[in-house]
Amino acid sequence: MTYILYLILLAGVCVGGGWVFRQSGQMATQNAPYFRDMPLGVASGFVIGLLALIGGIYLYFWNGNQFFRWAIQGFFIFSVLAYYFRLLGQQLGTSASRKLFRQMPMTAAFGMATILVYAFLAIFAGQVSIATIFLIAVVGLPLVIYAQAYFTTEAARSITWIMFGVIAIFIIMYFVGPIAPYGQDQIFPRANIVPGGDPALGGDPAFPLGTDQIGRDILSRLIYGAQNTVGIAFVTTCLAFLIGATFGFLAATLQGWLDQIISRVVDVLMAIPALIFALLLMTIASAWAGSNGALLTVYMIVIIAVIDSTRVYRLARAVGLNIVVMDYIEAAKLRGEGLGYLIFREILPNATAPLLAEFGLRFCFVFLTIASLSFLGVGIQPPLADWGTMVRDLAQFINYAAFAPQAATAPLLAAGAIALLTVAVNFVVDWMLHKSSGLKE
Amino acid sequence: MNSVLRIVLQRLGLGVVTLVVVSFVIFVAVNAMPGDFAQAILGQGYTEEAGEAIRREVGLDKPYFVRYFSWLGAALTGDFGTSFAKANFAAYAGNTAGSGLDTVAASIAPRLENTLFLAGVAAMIAVPISLVLGLLAALYRNTIFDRFTNIFTLSSISSPEFFLAYILILLLAVLNPLLPSLSNVFEGMPFSERFIKTLLPALTLTLVVTAHMMRMTRAAIINLLASPYIEMARLKGISPMRIIVVHALPNALAPIINVIALNLAYLITGVVVVEVVFVYPGIGQLFVDSVKIRDIPVVQASCLIFAAAYILLNLLADVLSILSNPRLRHPK
Amino acid sequence: MSEKEVLVTIRDLYLEGRTDETWMPIINGVDLTLHKGEVLGLIGESGAGKSTLGLAAMGFTRDGVRIKKGSVEFDGIDLVNASAAVKRGLLGKRIAYVAQSAAASFNPAHKLIDQHSEAPIQHGVMAKSESEADGIELYRRLRLPNPEQIGFRYPHQVSGGQLQRAMTAMAMSCRPDLIIFDEPTTALDVTTQIEVLASIRDIVEQFNTAAIYITHDLAVVAQMADNIKVLLKGDEVEEADTRTMLADPREDYTKSLWAVRSFQRPKKPAVQKGAVPVVRVNHVTAAYGTTPVLFDVDFEIHEGRTVAVVGESGSGKSTAARCITGLLPPKEGQIEFEGVAMPADYRRRNKDQLRQAQMIYQMADTALNPRKTIGEIIGRPVQFYTGLTGNERRRRVDELLAEIELEPSIYHDRLPSELSGGQKQRVGIARALAAEPKFIICDEVTSALDQLVAEGILKLLARLQDTLGLSYMFITHDLATVKSIADEVVVMKDGKVVEQGPKDEMFKPPHHAYTDLLLSSVPEMDPDWLTNLLAERGVDNIGDAAVDKM
Repeated sequence: MTYILYLILLAGVCVGGGWVFRQSGQMATQNAPYFRDMPLGVASGFVIGLLALIGGIYLYFWNGNQFFRWAIQGFFIFSVLAYYFRLLGQQLGTSASRKLFRQMPMTAAFGMATILVYAFLAIFAGQVSIATIFLIAVVGLPLVIYAQAYFTTEAARSITWIMFGVIAIFIIMYFVGPIAPYGQDQIFPRANIVPGGDPALGGDPAFPLGTDQIGRDILSRLIYGAQNTVGIAFVTTCLAFLIGATFGFLAATLQGWLDQIISRVVDVLMAIPALIFALLLMTIASAWAGSNGALLTVYMIVIIAVIDSTRVYRLARAVGLNIVVMDYIEAAKLRGEGLGYLIFREILPNATAPLLAEFGLRFCFVFLTIASLSFLGVGIQPPLADWGTMVRDLAQFINYAAFAPQAATAPLLAAGAIALLTVAVNFVVDWMLHKSSGLKE
Repeated sequence: MNSVLRIVLQRLGLGVVTLVVVSFVIFVAVNAMPGDFAQAILGQGYTEEAGEAIRREVGLDKPYFVRYFSWLGAALTGDFGTSFAKANFAAYAGNTAGSGLDTVAASIAPRLENTLFLAGVAAMIAVPISLVLGLLAALYRNTIFDRFTNIFTLSSISSPEFFLAYILILLLAVLNPLLPSLSNVFEGMPFSERFIKTLLPALTLTLVVTAHMMRMTRAAIINLLASPYIEMARLKGISPMRIIVVHALPNALAPIINVIALNLAYLITGVVVVEVVFVYPGIGQLFVDSVKIRDIPVVQASCLIFAAAYILLNLLADVLSILSNPRLRHPK
Repeated sequence: MSEKEVLVTIRDLYLEGRTDETWMPIINGVDLTLHKGEVLGLIGESGAGKSTLGLAAMGFTRDGVRIKKGSVEFDGIDLVNASAAVKRGLLGKRIAYVAQSAAASFNPAHKLIDQHSEAPIQHGVMAKSESEADGIELYRRLRLPNPEQIGFRYPHQVSGGQLQRAMTAMAMSCRPDLIIFDEPTTALDVTTQIEVLASIRDIVEQFNTAAIYITHDLAVVAQMADNIKVLLKGDEVEEADTRTMLADPREDYTKSLWAVRSFQRPKKPAVQKGAVPVVRVNHVTAAYGTTPVLFDVDFEIHEGRTVAVVGESGSGKSTAARCITGLLPPKEGQIEFEGVAMPADYRRRNKDQLRQAQMIYQMADTALNPRKTIGEIIGRPVQFYTGLTGNERRRRVDELLAEIELEPSIYHDRLPSELSGGQKQRVGIARALAAEPKFIICDEVTSALDQLVAEGILKLLARLQDTLGLSYMFITHDLATVKSIADEVVVMKDGKVVEQGPKDEMFKPPHHAYTDLLLSSVPEMDPDWLTNLLAERGVDNIGDAAVDKM
């Protein structure tokens, strides 16, 4: 009862504060239209925002707990990272890319920077092999030559620079060695070392985030998790796109009975919730795979790719249908162009923007599905380190958070690593969608 | 009115067909497993004769389609067969006569009830909050409030359910012990206690669903506010409040109903992970447990229930938005 | 003039719109004075800022538009600095608005009469019953059929022309001092346009309402306005009273606008008897699925001739083109090229048959692939049909670009989005020419363009016909275009050919009744045209009524 009274009192304070705020604004600005036409609700909103800010500052400096401070600090670190990343982008690259960075909101800059960090961790978690460097050089060189011949000079120059930069980073990382201090399945004699690295509290400086229940280094597993979880999700999404986009564009271009058949099949597959369907199929797959963990992981990739390709199919078909009705497609058809030319030269170039945005969204979805499956124990199989499984294995340490905050960090870091990447991708996609929708809003 | 009725009946028919086809897909998928029930039930003690006997008893010796239709027919009457876990246990105990508790239906029913309760509580909290916030974000779009909610919703959509769940446990159960972190509800529990125990998983679901629903509501309302008839209303000097209530709301009904139904359908998937985190005895947790021990009849049944709920909600959204469309309600 | 009271004064108004995070000027320092009971016509091409200026006269700016400086006064009230509440009190009550698309501007969820009486009730001018009775009276005055009942229908149950009149009635509901008409007849067919124009003019006169009439159509504004103001890219070109403006425009830009309608091609000698037509549409009957759309359509197109196919929307003129190109195989009859029957489906035609008939589209935006450069767009058919590659292909593309009067070195590597509407349409022509066809279908090629640009396209097409001996099938609903470019005219209605013959005969009486109605409904630049027409036809014999009587 008293809580309700407090709430009413608080609401009263907000509205009253809002009224005072508006009144003083009107007086200070000689009744400028902004303050004159401001509804009381908006003014109260400002007061609520101010109260929240004050509350946050109070919690941070005086009465909050360690986790809140860590969250705030993390927020500021990433904001600064995003700011400098954007600043860098504004200075380097072609005039078009510089313009892109100038218009980029902080959220998107944060997203891009985060994705780059993840990619870096994923690629260089283990030792880079000479073969990889060689492969990149073999692929990169023709690309550079192609760019020189067909792109504008400015774009070609930046592609060349990026290629050289990438190879340089690979060579440097070859000598630096793996980022992860230990291997992902290396088992140490001491299990359950507390994170923090403070011997007095049961930590060990050699294992800054401690070890898990069978004695593997958690930090190394977190870093390798980037490689496994992100890598597998990426491969799965690519596969889903390959399947979905191919059928989607075929259906949109050919229409008729082919479109009807595929669309009805997709309707049925989409009528079963994705996670449920995935779990059902994983049950069957695990029966087939038996105790072969690697095989089960491959099955999982295929299963999720097929389930997800239905969503890609829907989008690709819709986008394709929108393009197919354009007069330039009719002109190409009447010219007598074949199916390949229509799809690859006329439709695909116009579908890249929505498909790219969808790729980001699908990646998030696949990534979360895999993480959920792993968390439920039927996803990525050991000995591969993966975040979902880590959260499940370490979850009980959260209960110690009240008296040993550092003990609870390991599961939260693994779960947070998943969340951070999807948030980052979503921010970038959100910006892309906003940009491509233009000024409609 | 006639044409609306026809469209609605069409959709309903389509829904039934989809459901039947989906049940067939599930049946086929499950039957693609290597080995069969007999092997699975008998495990190490499998002999040719015993297997044959069980196959005959369960009807596995019959042709594929006969088995499908008898399964579907039984499922329609609520009989989903015998749980493998119980049967296994019964076999080891040497007790072949099944009591009432051994059936899948009996083990699912109370859990389905729990899940519906959880989803209901989550929906009760999420729907009003997200509609109001979505409306506000649409009205004050591109302001600080809008950007802040955008970041907040995007983040909570992006986070896996278990991350949100553990954050909530950390904040509301461990650091500030306000709510229990384990939701061990059971039959006969007083409502208030049950509600308190359900609150934390419900809040987790609320966070996820609210974000989705809010973004969709915002998009729908913005779309609506951009239409020429809203501009016309403004140019007639109508007050902002009246524009929202009289001009926007009747047309927003269809998209909003759609948003709610879609997100309730989303809740169905969401419950699985959340129930596992909070050890909430719902159908999601049962499903995951059965998947792990490959308890086929239960997996099959829960899968069918999830799919049916999902299809029905989508169908409901479809039908309601047809009914709320003035163009269809008042034909030429 | 001077004795009339001033109603609206706009002084030195600058408006800006936001594109890509920067503010671009839309209106640069326009002045405007409107007296009570006076109708001002605002004309200009697309992008001239007419609509934005019209809304600004109401003190209203759309999202993403702002007033940079200047003043707008309505009856002594400063609308730029007025509070939202003050403006709300004026809008709908003393200033009303009639939008271009009535179908989109009526709320689909409410009955017409409820929307009609909303403003009077909200502004406290009338009670509900009073306002409804008044609405029915206005519907009657606007000559809406069945005025007692029509208000109790929903917007989607009423036709476009009727909705437009219902919206005019709604604007009149509070008897405002000023109405802004924003292209109210642009979306309508010519025969429907007449009745809307007539009823708007009558009601504005009856209630002595001042109005700003925004349009791009000179002939329309000549019927409606007392004064005309010409805008170009946000600047005022000139303003004068209608008769002076039409008879004696001062500025070159205005003169060029006026001159557009005078473009006329010389008459060609009659086609020789027995000559084989380039294209013959031989008794074609066609259907979309089971819906029949063409009935026994039969006409010929001879070498070097332009056949204009005219008709209102839904008359089947574009469908005829789809039959010729093979996109819609006819149910009966056939398409003959130079006396030889073609396969009905385009997929069964060979490369040479496909090359014969080329097409130019209405919307240049959707006709050119936005991701390809102009060089690729024109180069592809060159390579595809003639097999030229490399430098030879490039030379041919440059030749074609020169042919359509675009400088090859500048435009070869550009994307369509970097071109203006007229230039895009020229590229569309070049793409058709690249196939070296004998016959080109022009589907409403000028209707999305401003008049001056359209004239340029027509002249280009005429020149190409003379030099290359091309035959055109010219699909259009605009009879002014027909007058300037056609040799022969085919009039279509409801999927049937109503009448056909040489242009001279077609524009002279006697006609088939529908042809007559269609031709006489096209507004002319004479300010008395509407008055005379109405006198001639009688009040009850315009628009829908006239069509129905046939």
